[in-house]
Parts: sequence; structure tokens; C-alpha cells
Amino acid sequence: MDRKNNQLKETRTQELIRRLRYNKSATFGLIIVLILILCAIFANYLAPNNPSPSPPELFNALKPGFWSQKGIEGMPLGTDALGRCVLSRLLFGARVSLSAGFVAVGIAMILGITFGTVAGYYGGWIDAVIMRIVDIMFAFPALLLAIVIVTVLGQGLSKAMIAIGIVYTPQMARIIRSSVLYIKEMEYIEVQKAIGSSDRRIIFHHILPNSIAPVIVYGTLMLASAILDCAALGFLGLGAQPPTPEWGAMLSKSYSYIVSGAWWAATFPGLAILFSVLGLNLLGDGLRDILDPRLKI
Amino acid sequence: MMKTLLEIKNLKTHFFTHEGVVKAVDGVSLKVDRGKTLGIVGESGSGKSVTALSILRLIPQPPGKIIGGEIYFEGQDLLKLDNKEIRKIRGKKISMIFQEPMTSLDPVFTIGHEIIETIQLHQGLNKKEAREKALEILKIVGIPDVEKRIDSYPHELSGGMRQRVMIAMALSCHPTLLIADEPTTALDVTIQAQIIKLINDLKKRFHTSVILITHDLGVIAEMCDYVAVMYAGQVVEYAEVFTLFEKSLHPYTQGLSKSIPRLNKEVEKLQVIPGMVPNLLNLPPGCPFHPRCSYNFEKCRSENPELIEIEDSHLVKCHLFTEKR
Repeated sequence: MDRKNNQLKETRTQELIRRLRYNKSATFGLIIVLILILCAIFANYLAPNNPSPSPPELFNALKPGFWSQKGIEGMPLGTDALGRCVLSRLLFGARVSLSAGFVAVGIAMILGITFGTVAGYYGGWIDAVIMRIVDIMFAFPALLLAIVIVTVLGQGLSKAMIAIGIVYTPQMARIIRSSVLYIKEMEYIEVQKAIGSSDRRIIFHHILPNSIAPVIVYGTLMLASAILDCAALGFLGLGAQPPTPEWGAMLSKSYSYIVSGAWWAATFPGLAILFSVLGLNLLGDGLRDILDPRLKI
Repeated sequence: MMKTLLEIKNLKTHFFTHEGVVKAVDGVSLKVDRGKTLGIVGESGSGKSVTALSILRLIPQPPGKIIGGEIYFEGQDLLKLDNKEIRKIRGKKISMIFQEPMTSLDPVFTIGHEIIETIQLHQGLNKKEAREKALEILKIVGIPDVEKRIDSYPHELSGGMRQRVMIAMALSCHPTLLIADEPTTALDVTIQAQIIKLINDLKKRFHTSVILITHDLGVIAEMCDYVAVMYAGQVVEYAEVFTLFEKSLHPYTQGLSKSIPRLNKEVEKLQVIPGMVPNLLNLPPGCPFHPRCSYNFEKCRSENPELIEIEDSHLVKCHLFTEKR
């Protein structure tokens, strides 16, 4: 009897994997994201050099990488203006960017799910108040609002994460609210009320598990924009502070050298941002297709 | 022990919408004795379900509100309890079965999980004991192969099975009153008969009182001891089940009886009650049934009749009988 049950459960996971495999772009996205995560976790072992040696080895500044005779042994992607290994900084940068993305989206999820669920479930004036605040926050361009919040909180990577988290909260709140509005009218919620479950129990045990699917999808897509926005804040000097190896900051410190021929110091961080955002977007789009029950492949 | 388990007195549940006040239940009085079954019949929108939901105080508020009346359950007025107290009644003392078994179970949990949760909620048992009880009750409601089925998800079960699970969930804490809101409407006929038999058996086994809401007079005949006929938010006739089928008095009840096909009678055209259920936002003056009633006279158009007792436990709300007295 157990075996039959296990088979049932296995086929569900198998179905998920099968759908993912059919979806080529999602698979591609997943691979990029996995590589990114592995780089972030094993940056210590993968990086050939210390990403921020002190004092800086200025005599190594702006040396090209493996493609040139003038390159230095052990610095395959060249060095930046302070003589630091670009590859090592990129690998450690993956750690910074990914954790920034996860923390920001995490904050957005916690706040968004809390406010969205309360608004959707209780309705009435609570809903009106929360959703009008959300509307007001939507009126500002995301990055501008983030800059304002960072200005208030002070600079730094952690502040940038909080700022981005707050900026993304309204989107999350809206998504979860619409799903809660739909789920709370389902019969099984009424049944739960009829057997004497408390509001808290209904929300945590029955409404949230049923309305979480869109949150997963949008969370993945949001991760991409969070990384991008975090890089943007870094580029503007409001996010990660030196010598933290953050992609946006690396880009902003190096782009002026492109003219003098040292294109690598700015190009590689740019590509890293490009690919991680691309990977997460492809994965998020794929997940949306896979988790949508109406699209049976 | 008191004979009467539940007594509803002059219940009024209204819905305050933008278009106006919908008097979904307007002055309903009913009584349910211990171990007996009360049937509530009526067309869609006659206030049957709202009456049932009012007992458990499950009326969505706003727009709905119970604006008057008393509901005595085991001597206690349910309308005076606070939220926490009524939650302890729900599922433990009074349970409800809903119409749609297909959507009444949470798709993310196994059926066992839901029944175990219900048992734990009200009985303070640990998980293992609760699981034992869940297995037992699932066996009682006739789920085959319970050891395996208890870990099934709702989508793996058929409609009839799901309704059995719903009944198991409702009876898991041995309530004294079971409210069944059209429990067989969504099922096909053979399954309907099984579910009716099951509810009848369980009623005897646990000595549970039942309020059965339906628009199917056949189901009423098979299950009920007493019947209340509702029209436009009011009880128009209340009688023992045999009395109601043998000698119904209210023109509406007579119309309902004539509109069911019978096997033992000559084939003739089925009669229908002309007209439609009145809009509850805009009830006709006087008796709400008079525009569809073939007996209507002057008084019906101006004055709403009282529910009066014609003989022992046979009440009717019609001017035809107030006149005679």
C-alpha cells in the first residue's frame, strides 16, 4: 500500500521535472541560476586570488587577461584599476548579489504576504487603507523610491537590500491579495469555518498554502530585478561600499577605463549582471508555465 | 434531558446590499427534537441555506446580519455567544455538510490530515490517537481500504467518496446536530441513495439530530420526521412528514407535490407552479405567494398571514385557513 502511494507522489515530482525538461528556456535559466548559486557558495575555493587584497597591488592595475601576452599569470580575466583580480571579484560578487537579491525579495515577501493577506482576508476599511498605501508606493518609479529610502536609512549594502525589499513589497502585496480574495471564497474555507477553525488557523493552514504558487513565480522574477536594482544602487554609489566586490559598484568604478582600452574590468561585471538576470527571468517564466494548472503539457 | 434540541424563534437575517435590504430570512421559527430529522424544503432563494448558516453564525458579515430572533441550542442562545464560544460549538456540537463535495476539501492536504485536524481541534488528542479515530470514522462512513485512502488527496477521490469524507469530518466529533445543506444535489442518483442511507444509519447510530435542506421532496420523504416548507424567507407550512404528503394545506406545498413525477399514477402533464420566486428586494405586499396563488383573494394582497396551528404540530401560513377559524 505504501508503495502505491509513493508512486503517486513520485509521478507528481516526475511530472514537474518532465515539464521543466520540455521547457528549454526554463532549463537554460535553471542551469544559469544553479551555476550562479554554486559560484556564490564556493567562491572561496573557486577564486584564484583574494578579491580585495590590502594594500592594493597598484603595479598590477588594469592588466588584461588570458587573451593577451601582457596578462599576468593567475589572473585569467585581468585586473581592475586597483590591480585586483576581476574573476575573483566576480565570484565573490555573485555571493553579494545573490544574497542581496534573496534578502530583498525575502523582505518583500514577508511584508507583502502579511499586508496582502490581511487586506484580502479581512477586506473592508483595512483593505482600503493598505491598498491605498500600496497605490501611493506604486506611483513612484521603483529605483527612485529605493534611492529615497537609502538616503533616509543611510548608504550601504544592507540598507540597499532593505530599501529594495520595501520597494517590492507593494507588488507582492497585490499579488497575494488577489489570490487570497479568490481562495477565501472557496467552499473548503467555509467548511473550515463550519468546523470551528479560527481565523488564524484558516489563514495559515488553508489560505496561504493555496495562494502561494503565484508568489513563487513572481518571487523568482523579482529576484532578477532585485539583483539589477541592487547593482544600480551600487553603480550610483548608494549600495555596497568599497572594497565589497559588488557587480554594480565594479562596473561604475571601471567603465571610465573602457576608453583607454581596458574594457575587461567593466565588461565582465556587466555580463555577469546580464546573465544572472536573464537566467532568473527565464526560470521565472518557465515556472509560471509549469505551475499553471491550465497549461497541461 | 430536554426533548427539544434546537429552537429557532422569529429569526431575521437580512442582507444589506447597494440595491436595498434583502430579507433572506424574515421571521422563521423552527424546532428540532433530539434524534429527529427536520427537513427544510423550498425553491432556490427561499432562505433555506441562510437559515442553516445563521444557526452556526456563518453569515458573511457584511453584507449579511442577523437582526433579530433567538436560536436556543441545548438551552443556550447561540446568537448571544462571542466568537470564541461559537467556534467551540461549530464542528463539535453542530456540524455542517455542504452541497459541493468536489470543492469542499482543501486540495493541498490529504483527507486524513483534514479529519485529524478537526479531531485535534476539538478533542485535544495527540496525533496518533486522532489518526486512530480518523481511521475508525472513515471505516464507519464506508470508505473502502481506509489504511490507504486516508493518505489520499481529494483529487484522487470520486464525488461520492468525497461526500463520505465530508460526512466523516462532520461526524468526527460526534455532534448532537448535523446540518446537511443539499448533501446529495451534486451527486448522481445511485450515489444519492447511498449517501441518504448513510446519513440515516449514522443518525441512528450516534443519535444525532439532523436538519436536512433540500429542494428534493423525494429525499424529504425518505429521511425526515418533520418538514418545514419555506417561501420567500418565511415558513409557510410545517408538519409531520406523512401529514405533509397526505394532506398538505398551503397552496404552495400542494403545488410542489403536484410538480413531482410519480410512478404509480396515470401519465399526465406535470403541473408547475406558475410564475417565479419573487425578488426578495421587492416583495409583493401582503402574502408573498399571492401573485402565483390560484386561490388568492382581497385579503392576500394587503395582509401577510400569520403562521397558525391548524391541528397538533401542523402549522400553516395562509388566509384560507385564518378565514375558516
